[in-house]
This record gives sequence, structure tokens and C-alpha cells, in this order.
Amino acid sequence: MNNPFVMMRQTFSQIGRNMNMTVASMFSITAILLILGIFFIILVNINNISDSVKENFGEVQINLTNAVDEVKVKEMMDEFKPMDGVENVSFLSREAAMENFKKKWGANADLLDKLEVNPLPNAIVVKVSDIEKADGIVKRAEGMQGIEKINYAQNTIDKLIKISNYIQLGALILIAALLAISIVVVSNTIKLTVLAREREITIMKYVGATNWFIRGPFLLEGIIIGLISAAVSSVVIAAIYHQVVANFGFDFALLMSTGFAPEEFLIKNLIVVYVALGVSIGSCGSIISMRRFLDT
Amino acid sequence: MIEYKNVTKYYGDNVGVEEVSCRIDNGEFVFLVGPSGSGKSTFVKLMLKLIDADNGKIIYNGYDVTKLKNMEIARHRRSMGIVFQDFSLLPKKTVAENVAFAMEIIGRSRRSIRRQVPQMLDLVGISGEAGKFPDAISIGEQQRVAIARAIVNNPSVLIADEPTGNLDPETGWEIMRLLEQINRRGTTVIMVTHSSEIVNAMGKRVIAISGGRIIRDESEGMYRPEEDDGPGAADDEVFEL
Repeated sequence: MNNPFVMMRQTFSQIGRNMNMTVASMFSITAILLILGIFFIILVNINNISDSVKENFGEVQINLTNAVDEVKVKEMMDEFKPMDGVENVSFLSREAAMENFKKKWGANADLLDKLEVNPLPNAIVVKVSDIEKADGIVKRAEGMQGIEKINYAQNTIDKLIKISNYIQLGALILIAALLAISIVVVSNTIKLTVLAREREITIMKYVGATNWFIRGPFLLEGIIIGLISAAVSSVVIAAIYHQVVANFGFDFALLMSTGFAPEEFLIKNLIVVYVALGVSIGSCGSIISMRRFLDT
Repeated sequence: MIEYKNVTKYYGDNVGVEEVSCRIDNGEFVFLVGPSGSGKSTFVKLMLKLIDADNGKIIYNGYDVTKLKNMEIARHRRSMGIVFQDFSLLPKKTVAENVAFAMEIIGRSRRSIRRQVPQMLDLVGISGEAGKFPDAISIGEQQRVAIARAIVNNPSVLIADEPTGNLDPETGWEIMRLLEQINRRGTTVIMVTHSSEIVNAMGKRVIAISGGRIIRDESEGMYRPEEDDGPGAADDEVFEL
């Protein structure tokens, strides 16, 4: 490109002249980006849940009855420590457990302050380095005195992880399909603007404009359309996610034992994804639509 | 110098040109005549590398046009000016902007554009119309704009596709005089035409093409009506826009 200003001028006058098509393609890209965004959010949250599941996966939590005193706790812990596959053994007091619980509930934690008695038990947490060995620890614990409950749900966890893997795979396939569709949509839109300027392009070609000179304004047009769509989608999806977290965050945390993926983190990432997608959808679309005009 | 050496181009089973060989020297004025679909269009398109030859060579300024790489094609075309039968002006640009456009797209500086465009308009005799839009001037003047645009970058070859095809005889002659003037400045002119009157009066070289082959090449040629199927046949536009 010899003169970027000539290209910029051409691009903007082009966008102005084809306002209807420009708006139409922005709508389609925005719609597709929003659907993608929803899948993205679902994916991130599933990841979040399965991460938290995996983190708890290697843990056996042994809840103790109130009758167990400190000396007894120490004895029990010493019994677990030398066992095969044990990474470390720690004591989780009911107060610390409550703190953790409050963290999970996030904004709704003040509800917990209303409890007069802490209903949570003291517990011994055995972290397992090798998941296969967890069963042995559970069996040993079952033979001890003063145990209220042993929390270890291998089957459920296995299932959950399997399901989340399937959902992730499905979402990825859908995202790929949507991307392909959006490139077709954009390339068709730009093809119409190209057709409207076919005469100009032909003259440019005959007079000896390089392919990149001809492509430049269309490429830039595609990128600008993509960027604007990305901006609109970011705002819309941020608003939607904010509402969802505000309205359902509490139920979700109760149900999944972990909160929604943090808003700021997720939206920041989504904006990066949107900008990248917007630019690539826009530029791929315009390059594809220009191909038949520039093959010589 | 342009030299075709046994150039063949087929479109599927249809012949475009077949075993065409000829040589056009610098500064020549050549008429390309022949019936519609005879291969004139293919002949010119091959020269501009708008299509690829199946066989043969086209030597131009020391290189083989058929072997040009994508990156080199734009540069190659810049050495040739093209005038279309329908003028192909951009309706939303003024006369001066239409001419400037050809300079802009090859990256000429604004200063040289400002200097050269008025000179060109003056040369083709329409300096008074610089600020007007194409539909506000006569078709003869439109063709002059198209010629100004074609020569503004100083091409060594000017290709004119029936430049008088849409003009009344008087205006047609004015355009011919202009082309002759450009030719005298040293530019090779290759003109596709159906006008026997013009060909016969000019007494220039005539290359007649029929069925994809050169059937006649005379240095001071005449037009032969039996080689033609009448002017303005719709399917013989050199440049499909």
C-alpha cells in the first residue's frame, strides 16, 4: 500500500455508501458473537466447576463428632500420615470451614452471619497424591471412632468430569461451526459491496493497482465491521452476565459448590476473544469475497 | 516492442487464439480488426495478462508476459494505458478526479497529481471541464477523459477498445486525431475497431483476426467488409465490465 491515507479515505466513503449492508453485516456478526459469547461463558463456568471438582477430588474429608478432642485428633492424623498415597493431612476447624463457606457464597455471605450456632463440624482433611489410593484411606477412616461422616464422592466426581468434558467438546464444535457461518455471512455481505464497486475494481486492476491496494479498503472495512460488532457484543454480553450473576449467583453457588466465574476476569477475556474473532471474521470474509476479482 | 510467439489460448473446447505470432514495434499505430468472437479480445487480454496463455510466449520490453508472477502483473499493466468503448468513468468522481484516480492507485504523490492532471486535461482538450461530473459533459468529452486517464501515467502502449464505437462520426474523428497525436509522442497505439471508414482513411497497419488466427497483417492496410460482421456486436466487448 503506497498511501495509507488514500486507503482510509476510500474505506470510510465505502462504508458510508454501503451503510445498509454495513449495518446488516454488523447485526449478523454481533448476533453470532453473542451466541459464541454465551457458549464461551458456559465453557468457562464448566471449566471452573470441573476445576473445583478436581481440586476437591484428591481430598477425603473426615468429619468428626464433637466428642473427639485435640489429643484424639492428633492421634488420628498421625495414623493417616504414613499411609501410602497420602500427600498431607490437615485439621480443618469448624471456624475455618465456615470462613471457606462464606468465601464460596461471596456477596451472599452475610446470610451466614445470621446463624447463631456454627453447624459445621471439625474435620480432618487428607490430601491424596494418588487418587487410586483414596479408597484405602476411606476404609481406614471407617474403622475409627468418633467419625461423623466421610466425604468422598468418587463416582459422582467421575461422572461430573465426564459430562463436563462432553459439554466442552460440544461447545467447541458449535463454536467452530458458528465461526464458519459468520465468515460466510461476512464474505457474502462484502461480496455485495464488491459487486457494487465492480467497475471501479476492474478499472483499478487495468490501470495497474496492486492486488493489495484493491483489497486494502475492503479488508479494512471488514476489520472495522468486525471491531464494531465486537464492541457491541462485549457491552451486551457484559450486561447479560452481570444480571445473571446478580440474580442467580447465590443459587448457583449453593448448587455447584463454587460461584460463577468472576465477572471481571471473564469479560476481560471475552473482550480479547471478541476483538480477535471480530478482526479475523472481518478480514477472512473480505479476503474470501475478493478472491474472484483478484485471481489474475 | 511486443512480440507474440505461437500463442494459443482455449476456453474449454472453444478457441480464443491459436498459434498467433506477430510483432508490434515501439511507436507503431495498429488497428486490430475482425468479426465478433474472432479473438481480438483474447489477443488484448493476453497482452494485459488478464488471462493466461495455454502455450507460447508474449515478449514485451524484454520479459515474457505469460511468465509474470502475481506481484509483477500490476507493474506490467502500469506500462499500458487502456481506453474502453464505454469510457468506464467513475460517475461519482469529477473529470479531474477520474484522471487523478489512475495516479492515486499507483501511489503517485499529491503534488505530482496536482501538477500533471491539468496538463493531461489540457492535452486532450477538456481543461475547462475539470470540476464537472461525467454525466454533465458530452460523450466525446467523456472519451477524452478516459484517454487522459489512460495516458496520465505515461504508458508505452495505449490499447483502445473501439474508442469511437459509441461516438458520432465527427466526434469519432476528433478522438482519432487525439490518438494520432498521442502516437506521435512515441506511444504505441493498438486500437480495436469495426470502423472501415477510420481504418481506410488512416492508412495504418492492420492486423485482421478470424477464428483465433491472424489472417492478414498489412503495414498500410485497408478494411475488408467480408471479414467483419458489422459494428457494435454485443458479445465482442474486449473488456467485460
